[in-house]
Amino acid sequence: MKTIDIARYSLGSLNGARSRTALMLLAMSIGVASVLVLTSLGEAARRYVSGEFASLGTNLVIVLPGRTETAGGEPSMLIGDTPRALTLGDAQALLRSSLIRHVAPLNIGSAPVSYGGLERDIPIWGSTAELLEIRHWKMGLGRFLPKTEWDRASPVCVLGQKVRKELFGNQPVLGEWVRIGDRRFRVIGILESAGESLGVAVEDMVIVPVASIQRLFNTSSLFRILVEARSREAIPRVIEHITHTIRERHQGEEDITVITQDAVLATFDNILQALTLTVAGIAAISLGVAGILIMNVMLVAVAQRTTEIGLLKALGAPEQQIVNLFLAEAALLSLLGAGLGLVIGQVGNGLIGYFYPDLPMGTPLWAFAAAIGVALGTGLLFSLLPARRAARLDPVQALARR
Amino acid sequence: MITLENIQRIFLVGDQKVHALRDINLHINAGEYLSIMGPSGSGKSTLLNLLGLLDRPDAGRYRLDGQDVTTLSDKQQARLRRERIGFVFQFFHLVPRLTAAQNIELPMMLAGLPVDERQLRVRQALEDMGITDRADHRPDQLSGGQRQRVAIARATVMQPGLLLADEPTGNLDRASGKDVVDILETLQRHGITLIVVTHDPELGERAQRHLHMVDGAIITDTAKP
Ligand SMILES: Nc1ncnc2c1ncn2[C@@H]1O[C@H](COP(=O)(O)OP(=O)(O)OP(=O)(O)O)[C@@H](O)[C@H]1O
Ligand SMILES: [Mg+2]
Repeated sequence: MKTIDIARYSLGSLNGARSRTALMLLAMSIGVASVLVLTSLGEAARRYVSGEFASLGTNLVIVLPGRTETAGGEPSMLIGDTPRALTLGDAQALLRSSLIRHVAPLNIGSAPVSYGGLERDIPIWGSTAELLEIRHWKMGLGRFLPKTEWDRASPVCVLGQKVRKELFGNQPVLGEWVRIGDRRFRVIGILESAGESLGVAVEDMVIVPVASIQRLFNTSSLFRILVEARSREAIPRVIEHITHTIRERHQGEEDITVITQDAVLATFDNILQALTLTVAGIAAISLGVAGILIMNVMLVAVAQRTTEIGLLKALGAPEQQIVNLFLAEAALLSLLGAGLGLVIGQVGNGLIGYFYPDLPMGTPLWAFAAAIGVALGTGLLFSLLPARRAARLDPVQALARR
Repeated sequence: MITLENIQRIFLVGDQKVHALRDINLHINAGEYLSIMGPSGSGKSTLLNLLGLLDRPDAGRYRLDGQDVTTLSDKQQARLRRERIGFVFQFFHLVPRLTAAQNIELPMMLAGLPVDERQLRVRQALEDMGITDRADHRPDQLSGGQRQRVAIARATVMQPGLLLADEPTGNLDRASGKDVVDILETLQRHGITLIVVTHDPELGERAQRHLHMVDGAIITDTAKP
């Protein structure tokens, strides 16, 4: 029998029993759609979290003063063991490694910022030109901090969008002078609004050269040193290099903590991947339910079509051909159901994406393949028994009935 | 050419054995016209199903055109049914969702014949049966006589050597019954071996050779001179 004839014959019998077909299509498509939607949700969660981390910077290594037992979090100091402060000199010393792409020293404080009678307390970040690239920020207007000697305290500053709005409204802002604490700074740029990234409100900050903030707060120490490694693979050696360099500069004391966000990210990634798979597995159960429904309906179909099956045998169809015909019917049904399910699933994903625009919805390619594969698999598997039963039918008895 | 040797068919009903066929010996030449008659339950249908390879004997040997077919696999038997044997049933057994033309095409589709060949033969068969104008009608839109003609077209479209009919007129009125018999006999005159099971003595008499069965055995086997 030709494949096209098998397909046409199966389509014909599906078409001949519309409500049965509709029922099975519904079950199958709901199964497929739920696999897609749940997988996409899991994937979205994963992407959301890694997106958040990526916005912190890629291949980022963070150096904090003080020794901690566990990586991450604020350094907890042992009593009587005052950590030596990190200095601009320490940060500069790190630049010598070829494994390191960028180094940005960072100090953070809060000070009143005023312009034309308006004043507000705003977080002040002191850093260097490299910060922009490490943090993947974009400029909305003007330029970022100039690339100069790190210890030059130029009186320039960069504002977040919110600060700009609150102090300047719609007036031109580039070249204006604002007062921060007891010093005056010229506004040279506005950051592009990037929303919130892991708790840092990019819109609500003022950035000045690191030397300037040190003078402003009268300190010579640093809050942090941000280091961007050349590649992910280089990170362990970068950590080694940093530890080694700082220890040498600190008279053999290992009094810093080095954390990488990649380690944290990798853990999150694994957890979320597992979550996605679990959720997909749960959804697959609904496909299993669809499969059982298909088996039942197919068994009924075999009973209803006993005469037809007997006839096919009398006309010379061997058992295998009868099996093939029923499996073809199941396969067609599964594929149609999977197709319908893909549409429903994508519409569902679209709706979720529409109502929760922050979620980076997107179905991984493997989920499509898996949904179709599992649909086809269940359809065929659960039709095997009915198809076998059909093929085993005794044609004499089948035809004896009218 | 058909040879049956010591054929037995026993059904188990509960713990009771029903001898549907007892030690049947029969030889039928190619092109013969044979009728099988006898009371209800005498084993006529069982014999016909066995000849049509829809059933297997419990003992004995069945040779079709010199080949022992009792030991063939399902696949080989199916092939013989497809190519050498045609069935006509009392209740027509047309597929209700298929048109007359599609019903006739069915065995050729199962055999995997090319489409244009199929269409050619369907058209010819419809013409031979005089139902060309009913080609696109479904069975429920046809009269009993027309349905049986579609069934005969379907049974013969693969050009089998053997045509088996179990009560072909049992469900038809007199006039369309006679039409159907005419068609069958025309086919027989063109060389097909025709075996008809019937309760109708008038139809039975028309055959060149009559078998009379009682209780699973052939009682008389008479041929017209
Ligand atoms: N599948 C079966 N299981 C049990 N007994 C059966 C089966 N098929 C037939 N028989 C028995 O075998 C015997 C012969 O049956 P068969 O159908 O061949 O009779 P028949 O001559 O065709 O009768 P009728 O004229 O009523 O059609 C009957 O006694 C019947 O009850
Ligand atoms: Mg009978």
